[in-house]
Amino acid sequence: MGVGELEAMIGTETRALTRFANNAIHQNVAEHSGYLSVRAIVEGRTARAGTNRMDAQGIRRVVEEAIAIAKLQGPDPELLPLTAAADYVPARRYFAETAATTPADRASAVKQAIDAVEAVSQTAAGIYTTGESALALLNTRGVFAYHAETMAQFSITALASDSSGWAKQSACSTAGLDPIELARTAANKAAGSRAPAEIPSGRYAVILEPSAVLDLVGQIFGDFSATALRDERSFLTGRIGETLFGENIDIYDDFSHPMQSGAPFDGEGVPRRRVTLVEKGVVRNVVYSRQAAAQSGVEPTGHGFPLPNEFGEAPANIVIAGAGTPVEKMIASLDRGVLVTRLWYIREVDPYQKIMTGMTRDGTFLIEDGKIRRGLKNFRFNQNLIELLSNVEALSPVMRASGEEAFDMVVPAMKIRDFNFTEVTRF
Amino acid sequence: MKRIAGNALDAAVRRGVSYADVRVIETEERQVATKNGKIGQLSSTISLGLGIRVLDRGAWGFAATDDLSAEGIEAAAGLAVEIARASAFAKKTDVELAPEQKHEAEWASPVLIDPFSVPVDQNLALLFSIDEELRRNPGVTLAETALVFNRHHQSFASSLGSAIDQTRHTSGAGFAAYSFRDDAIQKRSYPNSFGGQHQLKGYELVEELQLLKNAPRIAEEAVALHSADQCPEGRFDLILDSSQLGLQIHESIGHPIELDRVLGTEANYAGMSFLTLDQLNHLQYGSEIVNVVCDARLAHGPGLGTFAYDDEGVPAQATDIIRDGRFVGYMTSRETAAAVGGKRSNGTMRADGWARIPLIRMTNVSLKPGAQTLDEVFGADHAIYMETNKSWSIDDKRYNFQFGCEIGWEIRHGKRVRMLKNPSYSGISTEFWNACAAIATAEHWTLWGTPNCGKGQPEQAMGTGHGASPARFRAIKIGGAYAA
Repeated sequence: MGVGELEAMIGTETRALTRFANNAIHQNVAEHSGYLSVRAIVEGRTARAGTNRMDAQGIRRVVEEAIAIAKLQGPDPELLPLTAAADYVPARRYFAETAATTPADRASAVKQAIDAVEAVSQTAAGIYTTGESALALLNTRGVFAYHAETMAQFSITALASDSSGWAKQSACSTAGLDPIELARTAANKAAGSRAPAEIPSGRYAVILEPSAVLDLVGQIFGDFSATALRDERSFLTGRIGETLFGENIDIYDDFSHPMQSGAPFDGEGVPRRRVTLVEKGVVRNVVYSRQAAAQSGVEPTGHGFPLPNEFGEAPANIVIAGAGTPVEKMIASLDRGVLVTRLWYIREVDPYQKIMTGMTRDGTFLIEDGKIRRGLKNFRFNQNLIELLSNVEALSPVMRASGEEAFDMVVPAMKIRDFNFTEVTRF
Repeated sequence: MKRIAGNALDAAVRRGVSYADVRVIETEERQVATKNGKIGQLSSTISLGLGIRVLDRGAWGFAATDDLSAEGIEAAAGLAVEIARASAFAKKTDVELAPEQKHEAEWASPVLIDPFSVPVDQNLALLFSIDEELRRNPGVTLAETALVFNRHHQSFASSLGSAIDQTRHTSGAGFAAYSFRDDAIQKRSYPNSFGGQHQLKGYELVEELQLLKNAPRIAEEAVALHSADQCPEGRFDLILDSSQLGLQIHESIGHPIELDRVLGTEANYAGMSFLTLDQLNHLQYGSEIVNVVCDARLAHGPGLGTFAYDDEGVPAQATDIIRDGRFVGYMTSRETAAAVGGKRSNGTMRADGWARIPLIRMTNVSLKPGAQTLDEVFGADHAIYMETNKSWSIDDKRYNFQFGCEIGWEIRHGKRVRMLKNPSYSGISTEFWNACAAIATAEHWTLWGTPNCGKGQPEQAMGTGHGASPARFRAIKIGGAYAA
């Protein structure tokens, strides 16, 4: 077809999700899908076309489309040729037993979790999802990258008459999940926060459980991108090398961490590298796609998105280093403060000060004299995240945390001073 | 596609289920975007697959596949039934569906210019000209432009005997200018954030928006915001432009009226609703000038929530939600309608593609035009006017919200007296709507598209429509997002 270079991504995914509410399964689904995504480079021009039609006609059509739309543009002098073949560190993240999970297996686990919540006169809602995916990336310069993995997630909300509790786990294997323990945790939180009290908004010492840390702190990592710096849309613009956070903050990106998931290569087939992002509170590095690396005269870190795209790259396997203070000791150390299970509907208010707003949800507790005293009505917060990471007073050991506002990360719980709650809602 | 839908339906019915429906869907999408004079996105994607939903032993099962061979369809039908039987292992009651007629129809949304007939190089030429105009202003540090076009062809078949073929074209277009200076990033978007305006139209939408003409003003405003005063904190009368009001409707009316949320089936993720069943026909949701409708009919306009039949084969309908300030209606499905005494679904079940089940989703949830002129809406002695959403957040029962906008203006005696940066406002949904003091007339009413509404597990992204004209609200809390 007269094209210089081609890159193909071929993927397949099978995923099933059993959803329950009001102590019964009410939605129960499975999907199987595949895709072929082709990028063509024609004389310094590139474009992408995709399809899920894998017959000869479908494949020919998608290649022709990628070439045709690539030709309808001017050349890009910064466009690089395709990357060359490389070696990848394999990651064992596929578990056959997880892939073989049946609808009956999920229903059985869900029924046991519901029974645990119903036994304490509460109402359960949640999901149990399992699946497998495989991705191959090939190009005409000899790249052949392949990764397959399985996934499993269980999350549960326990509802009491005027309170609720929540718990969630996520892993590459169903062996990493304990649905009944999650159900008990959620039910205990709901029971412990009955008749929630209202206290005024204001600055409080808080303990954020790992899911709350993940969902809130997770909002900053899109800015650890060389392209975001070049575009001057990152809050790190002009701040690289500064001591921006507390000395107890160390953050790195490491695809090979045993609690992580994902492929050992990026959207162009570049091997992922471990990158230290923050060291003792100092912002040391960002991640680089090939194009961003070439512009900066450094090596790519293996975090690029499939081209063409606007965003360049982003960290994908965040680890925030923990320390040795378990949540129980954090609680015992507080004269007065708030324990937060989960945060919700987090959005960016200010992109350079990195102020985020959002709500607490499903288990917010008042701590007094080193003990959990009672449940609280939920707060809205408006919190500067630079300030937050400068106010961390204690860190727990890490765990793989899963929330709903950011992708899974390995993080500790955090004890933080002067957290900014600005309003209280009705429940 | 009709034949495939029929075969899949046969495969499900043959297994003895009490109800089945099938959606075979082919989508085609083109995305074109630029960033600072270079291509940001240039892609073309097609997808074809089917989803089979069955009711067996009183419980739901669903399986989706893109393997449309006879073997693939049989396997999907078999899996859907296996899943339904697993669901029955943990059921409390049998699912019962409200009655619905058999429908046979073919429908296509009106399109003046097929967006896929416009060459990609013409798309790029338009976007690069906007980009150049934005960056002509030296204070603009980042310019982004985008077009997105979608064709969605769906064949629906159900065991009621319905066979419905629908084709919908949607288009979206917009741009944004960013300005970084000292310790702030300011942004202005046109005609809206979220990639601009999105409607059930062809390429004619792009031509109507006058994108290039508005680029210099948007660039100038993005840069001028650095020199503007910070939006004050306190209680002020608030005037919202129609796009921000559209999102306010979405979050504080549209989501709370989803009956599945009310009944608890979204409790683990999207949350529940303050609109418990006892509120129907009793709650004073808004002031007496507030009238809200949920309307999927083409007569309402070319919204992202406009169609002929929903994904359960129920015809598009108009339902009053708030009448003269009183809460009078939910969005329902065949499964939930009976919970509020409905004899029939009001037709709001939609899925975001062949791989997902239909859920209750906003269609076009719109604030009806008011009786005030624009001068009357702006006619307050002292008010803050805000345009174009920048941030949005609301609690999981939809009481407490906070919105930030890209730009604000202080209004005195109906006139803009100074520009304000970083404006925000917050409140409780019912208190806010009861403070509504003026709504502009129909000539200022726009049907906005929200292309990215998330709900469900696995999550689905849905396009919804929200019509609104500028409106004024009394004594709203303003500026809390930046409160120390």
